[in-house]
Amino acid sequence: MTQQRHGRIWRALEAAGLSGPLERWDQQSFVVRRAVTPVVIAVLVIAIAWAAGTPPSPALLVLLALTYALYMMPRTWRRIVLPVTAFVLAITYPFYLDELFAIPIFRTFPSMDTMVVMAIFTMMAIGLNIVVGYAGLLDLGYVAFYALGAYGAAWFASNHFSQVDIDIASVGRIEGVAGIHISIWLVLIIAACMTAIAGVLIGLPTLRLRGDYLAIVTLGFGEILPQIARNGDEQGLGFNLTNGPPGINPIDPPGFGGFLGDLGLPENFLLEQDRYVNFPNLMYWGAIALVLITVFSSLRLRDSRLGRAWIAIREDETAAAAMGIPLMRTKTWAYAAGAFFGGAAGTWFAAFNQGVFPDNFFFNLSVFILCMVILGGMGNVWGVIAGAAFLVYLDKEGLSNFAGWINDTVLPCDPVAQNPSNAFSAGCLNAPLLSFGIYGTIIVLVMLFRPQGLFPEERRKLEFEHGVHDQPLWDAQSGAVSTDVVEKSEDL
Amino acid sequence: MVTEAYAHVLTARRRFSDVVGPVLGLALVVVVLLWLAVNLYKDPYSFFRVMSIGITNGSLYALVALGYTLVYGILELINFAHGDVFMLGGMFAATVILDMFALGEDPSIGSLVAAILIALAVAMLACGLINATVEAVAYRPLRRAPRLAPLITAIGVSFILQDVGLVWKGSETVAMPRTLPDGAMFTIGTCPECVRYTWDRLVVLVITVPVLLLLIWLVQYTRQGKAMRATAQDKEAAAMMGINVNRTISFTFLIAGGLAGAAGVIFAFYFTTVRFDTGFTLGLIAFTAAVLGGIGNLPGAVLGALLIGLIQAFNEGLSWMAPGPNWTQSIVFGILILILVFRPQGLLGEQTPEGS
Repeated sequence: MTQQRHGRIWRALEAAGLSGPLERWDQQSFVVRRAVTPVVIAVLVIAIAWAAGTPPSPALLVLLALTYALYMMPRTWRRIVLPVTAFVLAITYPFYLDELFAIPIFRTFPSMDTMVVMAIFTMMAIGLNIVVGYAGLLDLGYVAFYALGAYGAAWFASNHFSQVDIDIASVGRIEGVAGIHISIWLVLIIAACMTAIAGVLIGLPTLRLRGDYLAIVTLGFGEILPQIARNGDEQGLGFNLTNGPPGINPIDPPGFGGFLGDLGLPENFLLEQDRYVNFPNLMYWGAIALVLITVFSSLRLRDSRLGRAWIAIREDETAAAAMGIPLMRTKTWAYAAGAFFGGAAGTWFAAFNQGVFPDNFFFNLSVFILCMVILGGMGNVWGVIAGAAFLVYLDKEGLSNFAGWINDTVLPCDPVAQNPSNAFSAGCLNAPLLSFGIYGTIIVLVMLFRPQGLFPEERRKLEFEHGVHDQPLWDAQSGAVSTDVVEKSEDL
Repeated sequence: MVTEAYAHVLTARRRFSDVVGPVLGLALVVVVLLWLAVNLYKDPYSFFRVMSIGITNGSLYALVALGYTLVYGILELINFAHGDVFMLGGMFAATVILDMFALGEDPSIGSLVAAILIALAVAMLACGLINATVEAVAYRPLRRAPRLAPLITAIGVSFILQDVGLVWKGSETVAMPRTLPDGAMFTIGTCPECVRYTWDRLVVLVITVPVLLLLIWLVQYTRQGKAMRATAQDKEAAAMMGINVNRTISFTFLIAGGLAGAAGVIFAFYFTTVRFDTGFTLGLIAFTAAVLGGIGNLPGAVLGALLIGLIQAFNEGLSWMAPGPNWTQSIVFGILILILVFRPQGLLGEQTPEGS
């Protein structure tokens, strides 16, 4: 079938004698057209850029070729090849970081430090996705779990509790100073379990509340726990639990001792100074491994009996209960699973920072993680990963780079006269100051125009299109409201 | 629509909380009362001084809490952005004080009254319009979305409004001169062992009480108020009776925003500082007050706000066994959690919204 072409542009092309080739182009099969179009566009763009004086970097060409290969691949292959490629690219990132080209406007690719934080936040976003995306429970206090995980590392792998002297396979501790020193690998599990128990304890009394109340209660916990961390010293509690505002440091670094160390694996991450094998890179690979575990567990959980129960509760609590799903237990499991990964992420973050500081944990962070989940697409792990990577990059480097670009090219900026506490001063834009408003804008825009997120999960999308019966059973039982079933119907 | 058939699912839990809730609540109240009694016995003057501070703060919280309750009553939406509308009210007042009148310490009565009135008028109108605009732009399109969608949007709006304040006044605290007279209106006892009731606290009450009375009159005795109550009860039935539901909801947001604006002005005059994130904490405190009194219940919001104001003041001001200002937030949120868990309908009960 040839396509009928009309319009002013077409007439102009006809007049220029181009109608013949264009008609032949239209007669080509869909596959050919799909294959050729991006190549033509890419060649044109690169040629123009080259003519303008910027030869394409090899890395860019490799990236384009890779994208093209993925684009041309049959969908069934892509489902496997895409994650594998992404994983390989992520693992090898430290080796080609220096070869990469400058991104227009945003300038740099994320540095290794940013990548570590990115991986840690990805882990947390996937954890929160279990609670918000799978089970449909809005948790505004996720930062509490993150904080608890970080303090877990501080309690079990530092000099803090110098009343006792426990050492289980620790590395990098200062000789002769007491305290609980447990290997970070064990602490990861201990702290994650501790956080999961905390999640259950928080969840048990609150999870029967309806969604918006639950959100507020979790927010309350998210405010209380960091405040306990800030006040938890001798004056505040009478017992030095958290060492108050200065926080606890140093925290023992991760490392491999014994058999694994003999195999040549780094014994103490902090002491590695090699060009590629150094502290940030090792922490990055460790974080990637944690993300992999999280993704795997999250996907397996979603398809398990428990995961299907979560989705059932999200869609219709009453029907789920009628089908015999124990509401409280299922919801509590969602909380525990989400908290588990949040806690592990917090531990790794504390190990990366080599300390824990109570000012790192504030409400905005909960919303930041929530924003990742919403932007990526609630319920879809891949979308959430993309959302987390993008937002952390924006937060750590992107925004300030972007502001730098704007200030250099568009605005009449005078950096010397700039007032750091103003968003606009001396003709300069101070974008990092506005970061949370930007995340707020992202949240609002996504909720208004694409509530299922950028990479929606099919099921979630249908829920937004057709409505759900998300009236909580609690309401139905107490007879408070009985007519607010949310359905698509004619506007009033 | 949902019948007794599912009752067994929750029965066990409810029976448990039916016992634990009242017992725990009663024990807690007894402990708090004992603590207050000991403090009263030990230092009666500071007790009453702290109490007057608490009532003043509480009446300020009441204005903000009423906004939460009004909006929740009509839309079942926790308007997260409400606290930030309040903050913008404070910013408007700061503009009037610093830029328009350029008031210094202890200005003349005439210019002070003029500044307060103009700040109130500007802030109430502007905040009302901001709130109504937010509703029309951000919440209205989501009225039929899953319940949590508008709540998430409200969080986003809250951050946007904070940035509006930040762009407008910078990230530093906006400090204003102490314009309200802080001399003693009356004292009990001989100072320094005394209760001093200062004029600025009276000014707060002189503004808040009429505004509260006006609101109650508006909701209970006017046609528009009747429309609001009808919409809160049943939107579809209200629409069938010829009520323009969208306009009524907009009007509710306008009123709520106006109250927040008034509260912002009082805050700016009384505490003399505003910052772009002032609204977040205070908004949460006010929300707690609304929940404490029974969200959707107008007298409940006022009662809850006074209680929260008193609890906060007692915690920060009393000398014997008081946790102190570092723990205020934890205490307020602790109350919020306890109330939501054990008595979600609040002290006065979750009535049909709009306090009928």
